[in-house]
Amino acid sequence: MSLFLAGWDVKFWEGAILRYYFYYSMAPILELRRLVKHFPGQQAVREISLAIPQGSFFSLLGPSGCGKTTTLRLIAGFEEPTSGDVLLNGEVVNQRKPYERNVSTVFQNYALFPHLTARGNVEFGLKRHHATDIDRRVREALELVGLTGKETRRPAQLSGGERQRVALARSLVLQPDVLLLDEPLAALDPKLRKQMRLELKAMQRRAGVTFLLVTHDQEEALSMSDCLAVMNEGRIEQVGSPEDVYLRPSSRFVAGFLGAVNWIGGAGIRPEAVRLLAPGEITPDRHAAGVVTGSVFLGDCVQVLVRLRSGEDTVAQVPRRAALFQPGDNVQFTWNAADEMNFS
Amino acid sequence: MKLRTWFLLPAWLSMAVLFAAPFVIVLAYSFLTRGVFGGIELPWTAESYQRLFDPLYLTILWRSFVMAVAATALCLLLAFPAALFISRATGRKNLYLQLVMLPFWTSFLVRTYAWIFLLRDTGLFNTGLQALGIIHSPLPLLYNDGAVLLGLVYGYLPFMVLPIYAALERLDPALVEAAADLGARPLTTVFRIVVPLARPGIVAGSVLVFIPCLGAYLTPDLLGGGRTVLVGNLVQNQFTTARDWPFGSAISIALMALVTVLLVIFLRRESEPLA
Repeated sequence: MSLFLAGWDVKFWEGAILRYYFYYSMAPILELRRLVKHFPGQQAVREISLAIPQGSFFSLLGPSGCGKTTTLRLIAGFEEPTSGDVLLNGEVVNQRKPYERNVSTVFQNYALFPHLTARGNVEFGLKRHHATDIDRRVREALELVGLTGKETRRPAQLSGGERQRVALARSLVLQPDVLLLDEPLAALDPKLRKQMRLELKAMQRRAGVTFLLVTHDQEEALSMSDCLAVMNEGRIEQVGSPEDVYLRPSSRFVAGFLGAVNWIGGAGIRPEAVRLLAPGEITPDRHAAGVVTGSVFLGDCVQVLVRLRSGEDTVAQVPRRAALFQPGDNVQFTWNAADEMNFS
Repeated sequence: MKLRTWFLLPAWLSMAVLFAAPFVIVLAYSFLTRGVFGGIELPWTAESYQRLFDPLYLTILWRSFVMAVAATALCLLLAFPAALFISRATGRKNLYLQLVMLPFWTSFLVRTYAWIFLLRDTGLFNTGLQALGIIHSPLPLLYNDGAVLLGLVYGYLPFMVLPIYAALERLDPALVEAAADLGARPLTTVFRIVVPLARPGIVAGSVLVFIPCLGAYLTPDLLGGGRTVLVGNLVQNQFTTARDWPFGSAISIALMALVTVLLVIFLRRESEPLA
């Protein structure tokens, strides 16, 4: 009996603790409430509301000038909102200066202090916070970003990728509530960019810090984020997981911004959802006849350009081996109804 | 001759006529003997240089040095905040820069005379303070070291503001934001980030102020009265009233050597690479 009770007790407490953690892991560390920012002659941010859960990798994705960087600056405290609130850990921080907010920014060009070494840059924030055991924390931070051995280099003596690592270490060492990243990969060359995407994501997991990334690169946002918000003209168009946003966009803008779309009679079809068949073959439920006008070889796949009878120019992305069509060939452009994106 | 040489010719000519030749003349005079009615005579001698080590002249040199250092330090103290303010003013930068340069529109001599009218016993400050009943007898504002220092700082302040402004203008504003972002309060940001990065401007401004202050002649002459003799006035005296051209030349050469040595030491120390 006592054994049973004890067992029940354990189960009970386990449940309570799990519920507790679940609640806190879901509680937003950062919340924006009807945030508005006007600049003279320009509405940069028009009523944004967002809640970002603790420990997540969240992205703000949008074209340049959509207000995503302004949103980031409002969170960091570099700008004051015209109206609305920024909440960190449930507290309104609108009136707090940047140095009074426990968020940290990785700037687009890193903004490393050129007169300080890598170590000096990483130490800077800790010294301002009168931290103890600075040496150990600096060492750990540099280890996290893989810069051990380069402590005494000045920013000018580091490569672009290394500078970015210093910028990350400089911010992560402060264990901020939220790490804000403003187009952190834009200054890197394409190959390094792809590698850093994976590393950033891994660092975020290891550090357990909430990341808020601002980018105009949909591939970047899709590949790294747990959740992303697509912004356009100062508003949020859609919030969701990468799959949600890519496969079930809520507007034509989101569909078009996240990837190529063929618009056929009001429905959107992604190029990779298209199958090209020869005339006379049995087709899925949706199809249209057309003529191949050209193709673009992309290495791992081929984009075939097709002009439909109805006059629309479309693109089909097909595996390299399947691309046997030549310009001038008649083809059937086919897709499944389930892959259509419809907007009312 | 190459085109390049032709373009450089005016510069070389002016340097030769206006710098090298006078320098050689002064150097030669400093090793000659004083003429009976001024001017110079043979034989060659180093006597003028020996006289420099007279404690009287060493004191004057030391006083000039201290005065120049003090003026440079005060200029820096005043110029840095001003330059920072101008560099961060978004809309009216040009207006403020014009204001900094406005004094150059009138002659330095006139502006220094103007200070006499402000500082003398019956000047604006003393009569004003007396009228307000704050003081009962005029304060000794003119014809002392303080007045000379004031005049030097006033005269050379723009030479400190402009190079510092230029350095601050090149400073990436994101660095200031980054410092705040990492928890630095505004003053900490200024001393830890802005000042170190503005160092090239501070060095240039200090050199531009220190050198003319060390050899200043007009300001101590007018605002210091007869009492405050600095090395510039000493040189002038030798060529005019004392009619000792060789000694005046020797002082000039010594001053030049001193400035060169100080400059080399200073610039060597300050020009360790930043990046």
